[in-house]
Amino acid sequence: MNRALPVLTVLTGIVVIWYAAAVWMNAAWVFDQAQRAGQEVTWAEVIPQTMDQPRPLLPPPHQVGAELWKGLFDQAVTSKRSLVYHGIVTLKGTMMGFGLGIVVGVLLAMAIVRFRVMDLSVMPWAIISQTVPIVALAPMIITVSSQLGLSGRDVPKAVIAAYLSFFPVLVSMVKGLRSPDQMQLDLLKTYGAGEAATFLKLRLPASMPYFFASLKVAVAASLVGTIVGELPTGAIEGLGARMLIGSQFGEPLIMWAALFAAAILAGLLILVVGMVERLARRRMGVPA
Amino acid sequence: MKDKASQPVIEARGLNLVFQTADGPVQALKDVNLTINQGDFVSFIGPSGCGKTTFLRAIAALEHPTSGTLTVNGMPPDEARRRRAYGYVFQAAGLYPWRTIAGNIRLPLEIMGFSRAEQDERTARVLDLVELTGFGKKFPWQLSGGMQQRASIARALAFDADILLMDEPFGALDEIVRDRLNEEVLKLWARTGKTIGFVTHSIPEAVYLSTKIVVMSPRPGRITDVIDSPLPKERPLDIRDSREFIEIAHRVREGLRAGHHDD
Repeated sequence: MNRALPVLTVLTGIVVIWYAAAVWMNAAWVFDQAQRAGQEVTWAEVIPQTMDQPRPLLPPPHQVGAELWKGLFDQAVTSKRSLVYHGIVTLKGTMMGFGLGIVVGVLLAMAIVRFRVMDLSVMPWAIISQTVPIVALAPMIITVSSQLGLSGRDVPKAVIAAYLSFFPVLVSMVKGLRSPDQMQLDLLKTYGAGEAATFLKLRLPASMPYFFASLKVAVAASLVGTIVGELPTGAIEGLGARMLIGSQFGEPLIMWAALFAAAILAGLLILVVGMVERLARRRMGVPA
Repeated sequence: MKDKASQPVIEARGLNLVFQTADGPVQALKDVNLTINQGDFVSFIGPSGCGKTTFLRAIAALEHPTSGTLTVNGMPPDEARRRRAYGYVFQAAGLYPWRTIAGNIRLPLEIMGFSRAEQDERTARVLDLVELTGFGKKFPWQLSGGMQQRASIARALAFDADILLMDEPFGALDEIVRDRLNEEVLKLWARTGKTIGFVTHSIPEAVYLSTKIVVMSPRPGRITDVIDSPLPKERPLDIRDSREFIEIAHRVREGLRAGHHDD
């Protein structure tokens, strides 16, 4: 309860501001309608009318909630209108990109820690790669992958997601693999330990706290990458495509519902990563 | 045939070691000559920068001499390391926090490829040797600093090296714990008959533990005195109030002071 209170306070604040903003932004339309009909409206009449417009500038929370509910529970999950369906598509892309990002990030980190040449040559490019806006890059990746004859969206989406998610893993793993101090390395030397043993017995376990810290960032980045990968025209599946459809066809409710579905998905993913981390920490003897 | 107890295990002849640093070369060891025999308990004492740790690290092949000869069991230190000639105890216990105490002791055994059964058997034996039986399943953070250091000694003992090198192992511990551990190290030494090289800052510690005290001085790091202790092998803590003890301590202090006059 002590932990829930601050969260609830902030949540309440957000909802209050949101409602106020919804009234303010949607009122213009009500006044406009009234003026065309030659009517005078008071604020008391305006406010209820800002709450259930079909195409509000800013849908109030309850409208978004209703649309979200409809999308999640009122459809067969195989329906193209179901947010569960689109959510699963996005989740699949996210997990593929996440996995690819982890593999690339960890392998690059291993190479960078092992070879000074890699440190000098790869690291700057890894940093530069993150300064390129992914929205500029995403269409190119999709075009190239279709040029290469890859049908479907799965591969380019995973590549875009991995492009964003490998970086936090890489940076953390480089730091983590380098975290053992000279004394610990000397100790292994006195045992005549080779490089493989040093890596497996010392560097890898020592890097685990860094690894898990990076996973939370990476999984969120991976989700963002997947959604960006779903945005360019032509995408018909996934939460990103749903957002784009909502925006392009003037259906703000669809867009907002998809947005919140994505937020819920992100929350669940981070929760799962946190649970895996806790399990790993317990196995590694970290005090509870 | 010479008695086994007087066979030299570590021999340094005209040993020099120069570090190349950003401020130019630093002579860490200059013309070091020393013989350590089987079963000796040798302390290296001196102010910081006198090369005592460097010398210990050179024996362990963690540093490499610039000139001179150094042999361990009659072979170069690198070769001796490959034959698991020594266990090394650092100033900090340096236990892996993600391994249990038993897991930490098993670490060198895993690397050296002992069978699982032998790992367990040896772990149990050295835990008993440092009086930590029953703590094998604990994680390092659950133990006090002194117990952690004992576990790290057990780790160094696990693979049966003949030589135990200890680099200020109790430097970070308080006086009371240190006294107790000193007693235990002596007991351990008596039970195992190992050759021990022990680096320390503390005159009483050096005199209490050693059969041979090597006094060193800095800039450049060199040996100024080697004292063969006349104290008996059996040493209760109150031996430190005896006349002989005080005389040796006095000679060590004089040696340290003489080294300091030089610069």
